[in-house]
Order: sequence, then structure tokens, then C-alpha cells
Amino acid sequence: MRAIDRVASLHHIAPMTDLAHIRNFSIVAHIDHGKSTLADRLIQYTGAVSEREMKEQLLDAMDIERERGITIKANTVRLEYRAKDGETYVLNLIDTPGHVDFAYEVSRSMRAVEGSLLVVDATQGVEAQTLANVYQAIEADHEIVPVLNKIDLPAADPDRVREQIEDVIGIDASDAIEISAKTGQGIEDVLEAIVHRLPAPRGDRDAPLKAMLVDSWYDPYLGVVVMIRVMDGIIRKGDRILMMQTGAKYTVDKLAVLRPKMTDVAELGPGEIGVLTASIKQVRDTRVGDTITHEKRPCAAPLPGFKPAQPVVFCGLFPVDSNDFEALRDAIEKLALNDASFTYEMESSAALGFGFRCGFLGLLHLEVVRDRLEREFDIELITTAPSVVYHVHMKDGTVRELHNPADMPDPTHIDHIEEPRIKATILVPDEYLGDVLKLCQDRRGIQLDLTYAGNRAMVVYDLPLNEVVFDFYDRLKSVTKGYASFDYQLTGYRADNLVKMQILVNGEPVDALSVMVHRDRAEARGRAMVEKLKELIPRHMFKIPIQAAIGGKVIARETIAALRKDVTAKCYGGDVTRKKKLLEKQKAGKKKMRQFGKVEIPQSAFINALKMDS
Amino acid sequence: MPEPLRNLSTPASVENWQTAGFGLYVHWPFCQAKCPYCDFNSHVVANVDQSRWRAALRAEIARYGNELSGRRLDSIFFGGGTPSLMEPETVADVIEAAFSAWEPASGIEITLEANPTSAEARRFRGYADAGVNRLSIGVQSLDDAALKLLGRLHSAEEALAALKLARGIFARVSFDLIYARQHQTLEDWREELTRAIGLGPDHLSLYQLTIEDGTAFGDRLRRGRLPGLPDDDLAAEMYLLTQDICAAAGLPAYEISNHARPGFEGRHNLIYWRQGDYVGVGPGAHGRFTREGRRLATETPLQPGAWLEAVETRGSGETLRAEIGPEEQAGDYLMMSLRLAEGCDLGRLASFNAWEPDQAILETLVGEELLRLDSGRLRLTGRGRPVLNAILRELLPDG
Repeated sequence: MRAIDRVASLHHIAPMTDLAHIRNFSIVAHIDHGKSTLADRLIQYTGAVSEREMKEQLLDAMDIERERGITIKANTVRLEYRAKDGETYVLNLIDTPGHVDFAYEVSRSMRAVEGSLLVVDATQGVEAQTLANVYQAIEADHEIVPVLNKIDLPAADPDRVREQIEDVIGIDASDAIEISAKTGQGIEDVLEAIVHRLPAPRGDRDAPLKAMLVDSWYDPYLGVVVMIRVMDGIIRKGDRILMMQTGAKYTVDKLAVLRPKMTDVAELGPGEIGVLTASIKQVRDTRVGDTITHEKRPCAAPLPGFKPAQPVVFCGLFPVDSNDFEALRDAIEKLALNDASFTYEMESSAALGFGFRCGFLGLLHLEVVRDRLEREFDIELITTAPSVVYHVHMKDGTVRELHNPADMPDPTHIDHIEEPRIKATILVPDEYLGDVLKLCQDRRGIQLDLTYAGNRAMVVYDLPLNEVVFDFYDRLKSVTKGYASFDYQLTGYRADNLVKMQILVNGEPVDALSVMVHRDRAEARGRAMVEKLKELIPRHMFKIPIQAAIGGKVIARETIAALRKDVTAKCYGGDVTRKKKLLEKQKAGKKKMRQFGKVEIPQSAFINALKMDS
Repeated sequence: MPEPLRNLSTPASVENWQTAGFGLYVHWPFCQAKCPYCDFNSHVVANVDQSRWRAALRAEIARYGNELSGRRLDSIFFGGGTPSLMEPETVADVIEAAFSAWEPASGIEITLEANPTSAEARRFRGYADAGVNRLSIGVQSLDDAALKLLGRLHSAEEALAALKLARGIFARVSFDLIYARQHQTLEDWREELTRAIGLGPDHLSLYQLTIEDGTAFGDRLRRGRLPGLPDDDLAAEMYLLTQDICAAAGLPAYEISNHARPGFEGRHNLIYWRQGDYVGVGPGAHGRFTREGRRLATETPLQPGAWLEAVETRGSGETLRAEIGPEEQAGDYLMMSLRLAEGCDLGRLASFNAWEPDQAILETLVGEELLRLDSGRLRLTGRGRPVLNAILRELLPDG
């Protein structure tokens, strides 16, 4: 074995970089604080991409990512930098997802590098999202270099932000680098800091291969592409490899680094980051955090910290037009090939017909998947109320996972129900603190901590995830005029007095509107929902009662009065075409509704009925 | 005394349109001022060369006369705009052209829409001499403050004088009122309508104020500057009250917004609602007629100058001529005929060989007492009439 290794190493084309000349890092930043712009500057400065190719931000690939200013998939770029000491270093930047839904993926990316740039907008200061990611970096033992961006703006207040970094995050910010990613000011200082302040990776090139699967994606030309970080050993093109968690075995077809263009290499050694292809059929066959080793000479133990993807939010996705069901199935299957964290199973609703019950890592993930289905596959969807996973403890001692309120077992057989809880961290200017506390209190929150840093408060709450999955973030943004930032992590399950609330429209239960609620909040919630539905369902030619009920007991009721007037006053010879077109347009609008008995409910009502105004 | 309404049964041998007659619509697009609620094709122009317009209208009528020769003309309607700004000579010329294009039916109805300013009233005699036998006066309100809000140039007193004058001249006189106006209460309307009926009309057009996009009222509504409009519930009450008062006064609704003493229905408009044939001349005028078994729709440019130029240089004011297929004909017929108290002849609807209303929906609507079905006719009930659009959305096939 050793001998073969040695022979191969004599023939490799691009010699592996020795560990001392490698630096691996990520960039931690809040949305809009300039992460992508800084990444672009680094690429540009090191000459990896020509001026002409620099037109747009290179690292965020998907349209949705670009639109929302977020990163969903990890990405990487290898830069070569000739430092002031005269040596040339290989710098590997991993761009990590920036959202709490992808916390596990972030944690894996963090384990693949040794240091982080903490980019903070010098006009804004630290945000909650920055906090969560910087804690991940600290947990991964990163060396952290604080970078103050947007220093060229008049509103920049580097001293205050430096102080805030020290107070809130607790790291030394005295030698924070002041830059403007926009103008290019300070970029060389950043590169020098990467070389001199971040540690070189460690690893044993003679040890059995141990590499981490950092991310994977589907490329239309190459198939599944896997991003890896080599910890120990050497991986070469043609090697037989083993994925230790899934047990799957493959032959490496291609080995490359991204500069950012894909450039083939013969091998990758310790400390290096690159990509491979191995005729893997589906992204689903790969697991972020898995350990890749040689089939014949495996490493002793896999890397620690692997977790299978665990959806925490579920909702139903139904085609507006029931004829689109097969198209939706195709679209979901295609999307799932490229997203191992998204789960789906067929669901049939009395109200909405056939669709899918889908599981997501969080709300953003849900929105991204829904947007892609609608946009890339052109299918109009009805999204039902998002639900968390409840643990239903039955009297016979068994425990059932409840993903859908419609599947709630007979309450007489239930001993108790547990719901997932989160620890939510909110940073907010103190003038809005009262509103934030009220919001958290209204959502059954328990305050865990309240501290100040300057004029900003940091509140930590224990909240039921159920109260957060829907419109909590929207409400938070609205009560704080957008000045609050929010992040959360799952903490566990706790029993509470939870019941299923049904909505009856014209006397018929609409299963897609069923929700799980806390018993003490059921009346308020029920009233809010029936009032909302009264606004959302258009008047019909007859009156429509709308009721909220628990079991057989009605707890709230509203009535939509019958339509009384809808007639065109004047309709003569010259009006025929125009008036009929108008009716046809209105009739087409009706198609966006679903029929329940005699009542037509607009598709948007299924989500909007749940939005609470206070 | 006008002729009784034509027998409505459909002999199989005649073309579909013939059950409803043949009319000529003449559009005069000019107004002294644009009313804030009006979305009709009207233009405020200082000087109109009426001799040029006369020639163009004559040319258009002659063109259609050649195309549809041998027909009997049941009606001429001068609409606008403000046709009472036409010189009586222009009206006479158009009527003469029409009569040389088609043989007039005995008792042909010739209607002209008129505004009741004193200046216009002075031309009434001339219109009668030209052949007009029915005047439709845009009274709009009997209340001066309301007339001002509606942007009208006449006073209530002028309107009453014009009405009185017209009755001495024309065999048939109708007038329009607009209700469900800003700040109008149910009692206000009851009082105004009762006064109107006291004037002894044989025909009334009673329109609920509709705020249309692209009008001054439409803009004001969007900007939140049109307060006091009745909500749908009050508007519905007003509509039902209108039906009751008029029916009790012997002026039942024969159409959604039109009331007449039996025998005094506007026959020209019945051609539209019964899906007869009509030729439209003038800017923005639409025509629908049957030729060699095909039903055609015609349209003309909205701009007066563009229409005039098209007629003078190209010899035709038409900018669109399209065949209307059986599906669309059936839809048009259902939409228009349900407006009438006589309702929709299901036999005739079936004769388009296009589609029939969904039986289950029909039964539901009948069950809800929104529609009535008897002797092959589908009619709106009193409850169904104010929600006709909702009913049509149920009955019309998916586009």
C-alpha cells in the first residue's frame, strides 16, 4: 500500500501544498454587512478572476440566494496570495450558509476551516445572526479576526462597534481591521491577517485518508459534486472511497479545486479543500458531515459531530389546480435529489385533494423550497399552516410523532403531548424592548436573560417552536421597525396543554386549517382565525358561518353576510366585449380558490388565516 | 301608441339575430364638458366641422347599406358623447342616409340622447322634424347640489323645463337618473325617485353610480377623496327600493336598470339584450351583425380625428372586424339576456350549439331563489337581479 502511494506521488502533476502554506477560513457576517462583497474583493485582489468576470457576486449562485441576499449552499474558492514575506500561500475560503435553518451545515463548514473573519458593519454593529455564527466559530476553536466594514461611510463608528464586539461576543477587537469592501480599502491587511494570524491546518499525510464531506450539489454536467476537506492522508483520482456513515462506496472520477473555476488536480492532501465527483446518482446519497476514507485502508473512526438531517417544520404543499399533482410530484422529486434535508410524503386532504406533507429545516428552508417549486417548475401552490413535530405520548406507553394536526389521534387515548422548544436570542434597540418582551410573552415565552450592550438589549427567551414557526419573525420586524435581529436553536421537548383546533366553514371542517394550539390560547387564537377568515373569504350568494372548535365545542364564530350587490348598471351594445372580459377575468380569479361544499376559499387564505395582527 | 313587442318565439327557419331585430347606432363623441363619472367615449372639442362629420357618417352608413342590403331597419339610436350638440341638419342627414340604405320598419324607433340645458332644448323641435321620435334625457338628478357633484352643466329647473318641452314634441320621452351617489341616504333616494315618478314618465333609466377606472371619480376614489359612497348593503337596499317603487307605479323593470310602462320599452336597447344585429358608426362605435351565416364584430377608433381620417382616406372607419364563434355568442347571449325580465331563452342558447350551463349549478342557483326556470326561460328573481355578475360567473363556461 505504502509503496503504491509513494509511486503515485512521484507522478502527481501539481504538487500538494505543504501545510505551512495553507490557510482555511470562513467569513462570519450578518446579511448586508458585506460578506459577499468582501469575498469578491479577495478573489479580485489575488487575481483569481479577471475584472470582466467580476460583474456579480461570485459565490452566491442561486437566484433565490441572490434575491434574498443569503447563502443556502456552502461554496468555496481557492486563492493564491503572495504575502509580504515573499511566500505564496493557498487560501481556501468556505462561504457558509448564513441562516439558522442551516445551523448544522454551518457547523460542518466551520469544522473544515481553522479561522474566521468576523465581518461587522461599522455603521450597524453586531446582529443576532452574527452571534449565532460566531459562536459556531468559537465552538470550532477558530482563530477569529474581527473586520470592520463600510469604514468609508460617514455613519461608521468603529470605536463603538469595537467595544460592542468585546462586550457582546467577548473577543478582543483591539486589532480589528478597518476596511471598505466597496472601495477596496484594507483588503491587503485582511489577506496579511489571514496569513499571519490564522493557524495553518494540521494533518498527517501518511495516515489513512480522513476527509469531511462539507457539502454536495447537483451539477447538470458533472452530476453530484462533493466538497471535501482532507484532514489526514491523500485522496487521488481513481481511488476507491467509502462514505463511513452511509456505507456507500465509489470510485473518484474527478478531483478539482475551485479557483473559483473548477481546475483538475491529481490529488488532495491534508489541509486542502476541493471537490470530487464519483458517479454518485443523487445528492440524497451524500450526507453533510460524513467521513470519506479509502475502502481498502479506512481510518479508525469517523469524524465526530455527524448528524442526519432532521426536519423540524412541516407543512402541506398542494397544487392549486389538482391537475398539476403529477407535475408537483415530479418537481418535488427533482428538488429532493438536490436537497437531502428536505423530506416529503404524499398527503391527501379532504379539503385540498392530493399533495405532499413536506419537512424542512426551518421556515426559510420552507420558503426557499416553495419559491423554487413555484418559480422553477411553474406550479401554483397552496401552502398549509406550518406545524412542528409533536411527541404524542399515548396511554399505552407508545410515543407517536405528529407532523400534521389532521393526523391527531383520538384524544381519549392520549396521555400527554410534548412540543419542541427553542432558545431564542433577540438583539434590539432598547426603545423597542417593551414591544419585544410583550411579543415573546404573548407567544408563551419564558425569559431566560436580559442584558444591555450600549443602547441595545439582548434578550434570551425559551419559546415553543410552534409559536415561532409561523409569523413570529414578521411580527418582530414590524414591532421593531426592522431593527431587531433574531436567532434561535432547538433545545428539546416539553409537555404542555396542547389541543387540536378545527375550523368549520359553512358547517364543514376544513382539515387544511386545523392547527395545534395551547388550550389557554385557543379562544384568542380561534377568534383571530375566524375574524381573519371573514375578511379573506369573499361574500357568496348565501351567508357563511365560520367556526373554530375544539372537539365538538365551538369556541369562536363569525358569519360572512351574503353578497348583496354585484351587477353592472349599464350594459349596452358597445359594452358587451368589455363587460364579458371582466367577468371572465373574475371567473379566472375564482380558479385560485378551492371549493369546500358550496364555499370557495381563496388559496392565500390558508396561510393568511394564521397571521396574527397582535 | 307604439307597436307591441315582437313575438319572442324562435321559428327554426330564421337566422338567430332576426328574433331580435336590426338597428343602427350612431356615436357622436363630443361633449361640452367631461362628467367625472363617465367612461364613455367622449371628447371636449371647441369647434366641430359638422358638414365633414355628416359626410363621414353618411359614407359609413352607405358602406354598411351595401354590405347588408335588403334589411328592414327597426331602430336608430344617437348616443354619445352628447348627441344633442348635433345640428338638427346633421341628424336629418344621417336618418336620410339610413333610410336610403335600409327600408325602415313601420313604426321605426329613432332615439336621441339629450342633455337638458336650455341651449340644447332649443334644438328639440329640429330633431323631431328630422325624424327623431324618442328622446332620452340625461336628467341624472332632481337635486341641484347632486347635479353639481356629478359635474353636470344643467340645473334641476332646466331639466324639468326640458322634460316638459320634450313631451310636447316627442311621442316617447325617457329620462335617466343616477343614484347611490355620495352622501345619499335611502330616504333621499325614495323622495327623489317618488318625485321623478310624479312627473309621469313612460320610461326611466335608473343607474347606480359606478366608479370606473380612468374617470375623474376613479382617480378620486383611489386617492381616498370620494367619501360617502354607499356600501354594498345600502346600494342593495336602494336597488330593491327602486324595484318596489317603480313596480308599484306601473313602471316595472324590464331590464336591470330600465323601467317602462308596458309597451314603452326602448326597442333599440332590446336589440342588444336580445342579441340582434346592429351596425355601429362613429368613433368607438361597436357593431355586431350576421353576414352569410357568420356573426361579426366591428370596432372603430376611439379618437374622433382618427375615425374621421380613416373614413375619409380609407373609406372605412373599421379598425377591427372579427368573427364571433358560437361559444362567444352563447356567452354574450346569456350575459345580455339575463339582464331582461323576460330572461334567457334556453332553446335559443342551445341553438348556438356551443355549451349549456352546468345543470348542478343551475339547480343550486334555482334552489337559492336567485334564478327561476319556467317554460324554457331562465329569469333572475328579485334577489338574483342585484347579484347578476356573481350568477354569471357561475354560469359562464371557463374561459
